[in-house]
Amino acid sequence: MPLTVEVVSAEKVWWEGEARSVSAPAMDGDLGILVGHQPILAVLRTGTIRIDAEGADNVEMDVTGGFLSVDQDRVTVVVDPTTSTDSSASSSQAEAAPERNQ
Amino acid sequence: MAVSQRVYKQRIRSTQTLKKMFRAMELIAASRISKARDRALQTVPYTRAITRAVSAVATHTDISHPLTSEREDTNRVAMLVITSDRGMAGAYSATVLREAERLRQHLLEEGKEIDLYVLGRRGVGFYTFRDRAIVKAWTGNSDAPTLEQANEVADTLLDAFLTPVEDGGVGELHVVYTRFRTMVSQEPQVIRMLPLEVVEGVSEPGEQEALPLYDFEPDADEVLDALLPRYIRIRIFSAMMQASASELAARQQAMHTATENAEELIRNYTRLANQARQAEITQEISEIVSGADALAAS
Repeated sequence: MPLTVEVVSAEKVWWEGEARSVSAPAMDGDLGILVGHQPILAVLRTGTIRIDAEGADNVEMDVTGGFLSVDQDRVTVVVDPTTSTDSSASSSQAEAAPERNQ
Repeated sequence: MAVSQRVYKQRIRSTQTLKKMFRAMELIAASRISKARDRALQTVPYTRAITRAVSAVATHTDISHPLTSEREDTNRVAMLVITSDRGMAGAYSATVLREAERLRQHLLEEGKEIDLYVLGRRGVGFYTFRDRAIVKAWTGNSDAPTLEQANEVADTLLDAFLTPVEDGGVGELHVVYTRFRTMVSQEPQVIRMLPLEVVEGVSEPGEQEALPLYDFEPDADEVLDALLPRYIRIRIFSAMMQASASELAARQQAMHTATENAEELIRNYTRLANQARQAEITQEISEIVSGADALAAS
């Protein structure tokens, strides 16, 4: 069972899909999340989120802040609006994600 | 009666021009409304995530955060009234403002002092005309609110709430806006946004079992510090979006009625013009006949 990941901001869904692992910049240092992680609510600082996506290219996203919640292998990353994505894979998927949502 | 015939023709023409304008505005409102709805839908995942997280924290810790605690030290309250920038939307702004007045009356009876924050030119006009002080107003894009603007509004209000008494801090924040129920029904809504009352089980019931025991990173207070302002911001943003959707729906409806009324007017004027034309002909005939009679008699 892979992780179900959702990266959202107030304006749109940036990325949505399944992943093997997620790494996020928490306040006290980077936080790595694998399947079976305990429920956690973490505040994020400026940094990069890395998603090791299942069956797709890895995704990297720069964030300026936000928070992250893990609950039964569901990872929800809430990022602040000024987020920019930099890898090509993420931008194409970020565009595809809202479409699928409707 | 040649004059009145010309006058009727003129009125018909000007009403036709108006009708075209009403029809155009109706169509514009109709096309914008679906866009506004889509934008509102886009924020749903974010709102859900934040609300879930807030209720998770609320269930597992005794939250005491400046934003959730009642302030006893001041009787100033802030009131945010969300109106539209333009008219042509039927009773939309009037309804919100009436609700705001009712709330104001209620608050004054409780002995509160009110700090007024207004969104939309209509509201600004209403309060300026009545010589009420507005602490801060935002105008310009009531029919398509941006996230930046919502954040600015929210930050201003959060600041006011967290300011000490002597600097004019407020103890409560009430928001008056219009909730978008359906295309034909929008209702004014008053909510007390600050201090926050975290209602448990805000996340959709039945979707998940009880919320798990979360770990907080770095700790519960920091998580709340990050969460609650975002929660307020998104709630203000969603209130603004609801208001804009309501405004557009109200405008569409109002313009639809206006178009129909214009058609009705045109029908009436056409009838009157025809009458005038006939009266004119009748008069001409009777003039000719009486002229001929007079000639024959002489």
